[in-house]
Amino acid sequence: MPANKVVDGFDGAVRDIFDGATILIGGFGVSGGCPSYLIEALSRQGAKNLTIVGNTTGLGRELKKMVAKYRVIPDWHEDAGLLVENRQVKKAIAAFPVSASPVLVAPFEKQLRAGEVEIEMVPQGTLAERIRAAKAGIAAFYTPTGPGTIMERGKELRVIDGRKHVLEYAIKADFALIRAYKADRLGNLIYRGTSRTFNATMAGAAKVTIAEVDEVVEVGELDPEAIVTPALFVDRVVVRPEEGRTRIVQRIRKEEQL
Amino acid sequence: MEEERERIEQKLRQRYLGEPRRREGEEGKPRLDRDTMALRVAREFEDGMVVNLGIGIPTLCVNFIPAGRQILFHTENGALGFGPIASPEEVDIDLVNAGGQFVTPKTGMSFFSHDESFAMIRGGRIDVCVLGGMQVSERGDLANWLLPERGIGSIGGAMDLAFGAKKLIVVMEHTTLDGKPKILDKCSYELTAPRCVDLIVTDIAVIGVTEEGLVLKEVAPGWSAEEVQALTEPKLKLAPDLKEIELM
Repeated sequence: MPANKVVDGFDGAVRDIFDGATILIGGFGVSGGCPSYLIEALSRQGAKNLTIVGNTTGLGRELKKMVAKYRVIPDWHEDAGLLVENRQVKKAIAAFPVSASPVLVAPFEKQLRAGEVEIEMVPQGTLAERIRAAKAGIAAFYTPTGPGTIMERGKELRVIDGRKHVLEYAIKADFALIRAYKADRLGNLIYRGTSRTFNATMAGAAKVTIAEVDEVVEVGELDPEAIVTPALFVDRVVVRPEEGRTRIVQRIRKEEQL
Repeated sequence: MEEERERIEQKLRQRYLGEPRRREGEEGKPRLDRDTMALRVAREFEDGMVVNLGIGIPTLCVNFIPAGRQILFHTENGALGFGPIASPEEVDIDLVNAGGQFVTPKTGMSFFSHDESFAMIRGGRIDVCVLGGMQVSERGDLANWLLPERGIGSIGGAMDLAFGAKKLIVVMEHTTLDGKPKILDKCSYELTAPRCVDLIVTDIAVIGVTEEGLVLKEVAPGWSAEEVQALTEPKLKLAPDLKEIELM
């Protein structure tokens, strides 16, 4: 394991993402926790026919502007919708692929209706566990979520302890793009608040895990008792520019209120 | 174009600012508003319970916790024991609930990853989950994710919650926007989970789901059991202590 995983710049961090790759994208669908800078770099890098795996398929830039009138979305926020808008995505594995609101028609829904992309919808807990299973070297597992619904179709069912279970397989991915708060040079990570979400689940669940952080600190500065993602799950660390750092976002928010 | 724009803006205000929806063909009889439905639901929360609130009316329950009860709120995106919805000055982008609303910190809260969050849900650690609903059947099946008019929808965390929570309360308007029952003999939409609902709180009634069928427990002020039945497809049994929903 290299002693320094910090790479220079987002472009370099995503350079080797290849056409047809399966990519885990961290976060929950809101600004906090979204690996926005890595997504933006990937949109410029241009890899195509991607399978993206994450909670949502993103708003994209157009809808982001509309929603930003009603809730806090920083200017730098980018989500998976940017990759979809950019026609880099062929398939999504997601729990929340379309908005519940009929007016929030994101790029993914448009392309889905046009038959241009595929969706594999997965209950959120099953999605998290399928990702965790890949990380843990578990090929498949039986979950009680899904029997008697659309989620059992085409799947192996088994009664265990008197309850029906569905067999679900691990999701094997090539890259994980995640957002953490701080890292050290070894790649140990801590998160902030609800931004931990899918990021900590995805860390180490792909062949290559790339983390974007606010700050890299010296080895030893992170409390070993408080480290959430141990260094061996992380391959690359890249630091956000000043304006994307949480401390700065909060300060700007406060100034806007005054 | 201008009209379409205003319609979209209005929907966004309803979604993010909680502006009430106007229901077509609504007759004079008053129904409970969203806050009052949330207030009624929150009475089910007992001291010390772990509660997960879904998107929409359920999230309002956080404002109506009965005095003297400590409730530990859980959210799928990885937090337990957080405080009420944040005011604009309190917004922290790293502190949101599953509906994407900003919430406030609280002493004793904790954060965890998504897989751990659903370990709590599937593992039976959530005492009560409150979800919105599109249809509920006589035997307690819930349909709340597929948007039939769009032929598409998102399951999100609802399915795991419906299968995993110890008690599931569905809070919803009693009828569709065009006045049709949402409590049905059998759900016609894709299910979130079969036989999962324990209690239904609507804008005109509180109905328990039991082995013997649906039991009408409470009616909104001014409504009779017959009037509630007329808007409900399956036959309702009347609770021996059938009463009016208390508004205070």
